[in-house]
Amino acid sequence: MDMLIKFVVAAVVAATPILYGTLGEIMNERVGHINLGVEGMMSMGACAGFMVGYITDNLFLALVAAFAAGAVGALLYAFLTVTLMANQNVVGLTLTIFGVAIANFVGFYMISRSATKSLKLPENITSALGSIKIPLLGDIPVLGQVLFQYNIFVYLGVIIAILMAVYFYKTKTGLNVRAIGENPGAADAAGIRVTKWKYINIVIGGGITGIGGAFTAMITAGGVWISDCVGGLGWIAVALVIFASWKPVNAIWGSLVFGIFRILKYYVPKNVPVPIAIYDMLPFLVTAIVLVANSIKQRKDNAQPASCGINYFREER
Amino acid sequence: MRKVVGIMATVAMLVCFAAGCSSSGGSGSGAAGSGAAASGTAAASGKMKPIAKDKIKVGVIHITDPAEGAGYTYTHDVGIQAMQKEIGLEDSQIIRKNNVPDTDPAKIETAMRDCIDEGCNVIFATSFGFMDVCEKLAKEFPEVYFSHGTGYKCNGVNFNNYFGRIYQARYLSGLAAGLQTKTNKLGYVAAMDNTNAEVTGGIDAFAMGVAKVNPDAKIYVKVTGSWFDPEGESQAAQALIDSGCDVIAQHCDTTGPQTAAEKAGKWGVGYNSDMSKDAPKAVICSVMWNWGAYYTAAVKSIIDGTWDGTNYYGGMKEGLVTLSDLSSFADPKAKELIEAAKKDMLDGKFNVFDGVIETNDGKKIGEEGKTLSDEEITGKINWYYKNVEVK
Repeated sequence: MDMLIKFVVAAVVAATPILYGTLGEIMNERVGHINLGVEGMMSMGACAGFMVGYITDNLFLALVAAFAAGAVGALLYAFLTVTLMANQNVVGLTLTIFGVAIANFVGFYMISRSATKSLKLPENITSALGSIKIPLLGDIPVLGQVLFQYNIFVYLGVIIAILMAVYFYKTKTGLNVRAIGENPGAADAAGIRVTKWKYINIVIGGGITGIGGAFTAMITAGGVWISDCVGGLGWIAVALVIFASWKPVNAIWGSLVFGIFRILKYYVPKNVPVPIAIYDMLPFLVTAIVLVANSIKQRKDNAQPASCGINYFREER
Repeated sequence: MRKVVGIMATVAMLVCFAAGCSSSGGSGSGAAGSGAAASGTAAASGKMKPIAKDKIKVGVIHITDPAEGAGYTYTHDVGIQAMQKEIGLEDSQIIRKNNVPDTDPAKIETAMRDCIDEGCNVIFATSFGFMDVCEKLAKEFPEVYFSHGTGYKCNGVNFNNYFGRIYQARYLSGLAAGLQTKTNKLGYVAAMDNTNAEVTGGIDAFAMGVAKVNPDAKIYVKVTGSWFDPEGESQAAQALIDSGCDVIAQHCDTTGPQTAAEKAGKWGVGYNSDMSKDAPKAVICSVMWNWGAYYTAAVKSIIDGTWDGTNYYGGMKEGLVTLSDLSSFADPKAKELIEAAKKDMLDGKFNVFDGVIETNDGKKIGEEGKTLSDEEITGKINWYYKNVEVK
């Protein structure tokens, strides 16, 4: 039982950066933009968050910087795809290459300037990033351990997911935004400002993605800067968007499932005779199955927003 | 006239054929210990010419960027810098090719040819996957010295391999770790499974060190399946800590296992470089490479003409592998034990894999009064010592 609790806790920690990446990508795809730059924006957020934390010793500023860096990456993407109408896949892939490289570049530069040739976050931040036990609720046996003793990123991620669900499904703006994703021409005719809302969604999505990156640099890597610290999680987030069928609340438990897959190989009992590479494959296998299942069910509300991947040009409608 | 040309062509063909035979005979030699077999062809084809100090130009092929600040490439580059200082080479005499993926032969070849085009006459290739390209280009450029790290091939002339007895330092770190543990459970984050003799031998040596001071302790191994996996290495360490381990050793590139140990208030044994700067409250000691010992010796031998193209397999004695200083919270008995064991190693009285060794599946390896050969250590260790459990 004790081991099971620890397993769940480790899975939640593994799930958190993917959750942020997925939420950011849902924001993008809901306005019809497939952004393959998640990995790049996470890297930019990781680097900015870590370096600002390292220099200022202030967690709040670090989080703001991570958000801003991801948002700047997304702004580039939005300018190229929304305004200049460049191919979304190409721009997204370029953003990934750019983001990862610039993060490593800045990392190398900072390391070469440091006295010990190593960057370690100040004690203040690492202790602020420790697990926070929620009063009273955290004391409940088992449930308290599994639900209410995490670091600040975990709570923040769940709150963002819920707020996002409210935004998309309970507000008029959210309805408009979803309309843009389904049919921007119709939304435009209905008087919705397509370009404005595309920009807003893509940039906020990028910022959320950036915070996920900061998680990998500041928590997964244990407060020491490591190049390529995002290590492919951005791509898993892109797959998870499909798994979550473009719904923010689904992203919460979806990322937990993927988090479990990520750490399963270290927790399965010994003598299970499967090669460990299987575990790395599982998330993608499950995504493929979900895709197939959704396409068989043909349910509209589980489908990808219809205009995804197609840039909107008013004069062509 | 035509006849003469014909005869000359035939002779030329025969000569080429013979040369082809002899060079293929020299290549593809087995594990590290078998360099001597290949050196027979060296005598036939003549020794390499020494190169004057100011004429030397070194090309270094790195798999990642040395600026990463810790880990594999960084330690190699520190070695190159030490060699440069010791021998007194100018900055212009060293060219680095960074981020050369070691699974892409075309890119490796381009990087090496670039070095040679820029005038390099010595190539150090630091990653395992560079081996076959080195072997190929060594034939094409017989005047260039090729030295490849962490593999096993050589041609006895202008291509050799260098590697080290890291297991010696791992044994010593096992002594400190075995004394440190309170739960008698030690964790080990390994990059590869028992198909990799270097990793497996390292685990065994560590486990033997632990068993020497603490017969009740067990070593639990988690395999990440990758040399560099920032997320997986921390997660594997966390899983070990969750199952009760209180000392985390590692054979993988990032500082993740050590920082995970520090966060959980446990201890650890670092690898590659001194990781106490990354996790000062956790790292008892670090198992370290000092590649400078080899690079300096190799370049010296090229200058004075003693290079023989055989494989280099250095250890504590040559200063190639070392153990960092023990931290202040290490068990007070550890220092003395380590010093004593180290002295025996240097005197040749103790070689870690001595005598009969019991494995964790009940087999017996080795013979009484003998020690495992280098060939077995570098290529054939696929068993775990009796106190190791792989999960």
